[in-house]
Amino acid sequence: MTNPVKTVTRRTVLRSGLATAAGLICSPAIISTARAQGPIRLGILHSLSGTMAISETTLKDVMLMLIEDQNAKGGVLGRKLEAIVVDPASNWPLFAEKARELISNHKVSAVFGCWTSVSRKSVLPVFKELNNILFYPVQYEGEESERNVFYTGAAPNQQAIPAVDYLMKEEKVVRWVLEGTDYVYPRTTNRILEAYLKAKGVGAGDISINYTPFGHSDWQTRVKAIKTLGSQGRKTAVVSTINGDANVPFYKELGNQGVSAKDIPVVAFSVGEEELAGIDTRPLVGHLAAWNYFESIKTPANAEFIKKWKTFTKNPKRVSNDPMEAHVIGFQMWVNAVNKVKSVDPDAVIDALPGITAPNLTGGTSTMLANHHITKPVFIGEVRGDGQFDVVWKTPDLVPGAAWSEHLEGSRDLTADWVKLKCGNYNTVTKRCGG
Amino acid sequence: MPPAPCRGLMMRCLRNGFLSFAVMVWVVLLGTSAAQAQDLEKALAGFIADNFADTDSATAAVAKTGSPLAISIIEALQDGRLLFSGEQKQVFLRNRAGAVLDAATGKPAANVPADLSPVRVNNRVRRAIDAALGGLTLLSPDPTRRLDAARAVFKSKDPAALPALLAAIEKETNPTIRQALTEAHAAVVLFQADASEAAKIQAIGVLRQRGDQDALALLSSLPDGTPDGVKRTAQDAAGAIQTNLAMWGGVQNVWYGLSLGSVLLLAAIGLAITFGVMGVINMAHGEMVMLGAYTTFVVQELIRAHNPALFDYSLLIAIPLAFFVAGFVGILIERGVIRFLYGRPLETLLATWGISLILQQAVRTGFGPTNKDVGNPSWMSGAFEVGYITVTYNRLWIIVFTMTVFFLLLALLRFTHLGLEMRAVTQNRAMAASMGIRTSRVDALTFGLGSGIAGLAGVALSQIDNVSPNLGQGYIIDSFMVVVFGGVGNLWGTLVGAFTLGIANKLLEPYAGAVLAKIAILVLIILFIQKRPRGLFALKGRAVEA
Repeated sequence: MTNPVKTVTRRTVLRSGLATAAGLICSPAIISTARAQGPIRLGILHSLSGTMAISETTLKDVMLMLIEDQNAKGGVLGRKLEAIVVDPASNWPLFAEKARELISNHKVSAVFGCWTSVSRKSVLPVFKELNNILFYPVQYEGEESERNVFYTGAAPNQQAIPAVDYLMKEEKVVRWVLEGTDYVYPRTTNRILEAYLKAKGVGAGDISINYTPFGHSDWQTRVKAIKTLGSQGRKTAVVSTINGDANVPFYKELGNQGVSAKDIPVVAFSVGEEELAGIDTRPLVGHLAAWNYFESIKTPANAEFIKKWKTFTKNPKRVSNDPMEAHVIGFQMWVNAVNKVKSVDPDAVIDALPGITAPNLTGGTSTMLANHHITKPVFIGEVRGDGQFDVVWKTPDLVPGAAWSEHLEGSRDLTADWVKLKCGNYNTVTKRCGG
Repeated sequence: MPPAPCRGLMMRCLRNGFLSFAVMVWVVLLGTSAAQAQDLEKALAGFIADNFADTDSATAAVAKTGSPLAISIIEALQDGRLLFSGEQKQVFLRNRAGAVLDAATGKPAANVPADLSPVRVNNRVRRAIDAALGGLTLLSPDPTRRLDAARAVFKSKDPAALPALLAAIEKETNPTIRQALTEAHAAVVLFQADASEAAKIQAIGVLRQRGDQDALALLSSLPDGTPDGVKRTAQDAAGAIQTNLAMWGGVQNVWYGLSLGSVLLLAAIGLAITFGVMGVINMAHGEMVMLGAYTTFVVQELIRAHNPALFDYSLLIAIPLAFFVAGFVGILIERGVIRFLYGRPLETLLATWGISLILQQAVRTGFGPTNKDVGNPSWMSGAFEVGYITVTYNRLWIIVFTMTVFFLLLALLRFTHLGLEMRAVTQNRAMAASMGIRTSRVDALTFGLGSGIAGLAGVALSQIDNVSPNLGQGYIIDSFMVVVFGGVGNLWGTLVGAFTLGIANKLLEPYAGAVLAKIAILVLIILFIQKRPRGLFALKGRAVEA
């Protein structure tokens, strides 16, 4: 037999203990005070190992610098910021797992991360399910607008289309070689470019599209083919969406086979200061790149940023590039939005972000649009002998990023508006949201 | 740098010193006139606007003045030494010694304004510079300059250069340059509106003789208003050139195949020893290649910092070092891990895979994740033409290097004591051990040798690929493919296998594209292995069962 009194006592104690614990955990008032003392956590989801580490490690570093800087200014809402760095190791499924870890375990308020489109697509369901914010800093193929994602890199109309326009006007190019790595970004971008060129009256015979595998290192045949296409009496340019590791052997082969920018200019969308750091650029002088930022642009904001960056990395040779600027803008926009709504709650911040402005490093002010893309200036730069770019052309105004290309069948009628329509793919013809 | 075209010319080295002096003499002989000076001043005003269209026309205008200062002004523009002051509306140039001169007079500037900035150039302006310099330097005393000039005129087809061109052809004694001048003349005549039909047909003959892609380009893009007779002759000539070039295209593809094959061979040959001879599946083989490439990078960094004059020898210095670094790491791996796993292929595979990840991340942490700049020494840059095929120096040297390594390795296996022991252990480990051969020592040395050769491959690959921690990954699959295809345990098989795969890949690529070509090769190998599981050159006899 058990002693009833004793049992009751034990149960009472247990119950009251549990109740107190539950009360502590569940009470919102207690939570917010408890959290208010702790730091605000921000997730950094960039590969630090594997193939993409070459590009993404830099973005992790720049985020750490921005957070440190903000903390030196007193943090946000009177609280310090804390960076939670995870390594998805260039492994696309791992991106989703790490995103879940950041949001569920570390309770981050926003995530800055991803580079390749496939990694972004892989984390999308996680961000939707757990309702958090992703700032995506890399130029991409467009055709997407999600409530939980803010695209601070260029959409095709902020990079590819202006570059082609420049070559048509300034270099009088009539024949186009679209050279890309075989995956979604080059394929979609080239689809848009092909439609655009055809609309501009370029014949099918003057557009040559070619894809090579990731990490392609033997470019002899392709460079020879480009040379042949370019020496048939029609001014030819190469539009390169070649990604990552394949670029260095491509440019080396161009240099060695003597393809000069004076004869056949190559304009690249994935080659910036960072990629050129691995090549002797003297044979490549005059080849082009289109970006929204170049390290060589002379503005006080940029000079200050470069100085800070070099001090932070303790490396006077460290270069800066376009996706880094995208993080600078994205981070500032997040800070401004949080200050506006006085909360780090993802829903509140998502609603507050459209319309928020932040200065970019090239002297303008970028605005977050209702389609979750931002306004950016577009620059065309020519490669210099020292691995930097000379800006030879720029758009007179900031260009608003378009989520859906007007040049593609099927995407033409779609529009994204998260303020009024609350929809990322609203069809203006059928008046329905694709959901 | 464009492909160095004039390697054959003896006077190349005289270029810089002699040239400026000679140009000055020539300049003084021509003399100046007041009208010229006025024209020049007017033309120079175009540089002040700081936009590319004005700079373009100003360049042509400066050349047209015939002023003796024109060459130095345009050369300054080319090198970014032409400066302008927006405030004073004046153009200056900084000469090679660093002094600032007034561009209009060529005399030292009296007062140098503070807001000097260089006149910017882009591709359009660079083309204008080439065209202008081409016309101006046709009579230069330096043969290299004259050849460059002839080629520039060939491209620009500028009728204004015609008188200078005729004078130059008259005077020229060097047959190569004379030929280039004649071709330039033909190009100009063909595109000149008022040239006679007979002259144009003669020009087509010259171009047909030249027979390359550039000639074809000219012949197939004749300007409107060309007489029909000329058009027909041009079409015939273009047709003939096309047929000829198509044939050479085949040869070119075979050359590309040899070059790709040599890269595959170099990457696979070390594996042929560790996998072929020892039967160890070494997934970290690619990382040995990477270590070799990073050794080259470190050597070049040290040379850049301490003795830049040695830069051209950097690869020669890196070769033995890369061999020892990679070989040493290889021996460590064998002694530390692999020797416990002999006879357990799956565990070996996983263990070496792990080692490869560790090595990659170690290098990434040590050197940073970004690409490292490994320069090409001058003797490995550029290209030359054989017939109508382009041969790049770096590819040529890699083929030479690969064959040297291959035959040295063959000799080592055939003629040295270590080679004898290695062959003995391969054929029958137990028997070799009972004859007093220390098999464990032989294993370590063999693995070290295979790894060292991978390090050598790294030195060569640093010249054509990017030096990053991922370098090795790109080659490991291809290397296994070559070894399996060629036949395990046979170096000759590896040789034939590598070149067969290289050439097949490059012959398929122009038709199927790089992605499909790679897939097709993989499918072919799978089918081939079904038919001949032991590869091209299978070992026969008892060794097979060992």
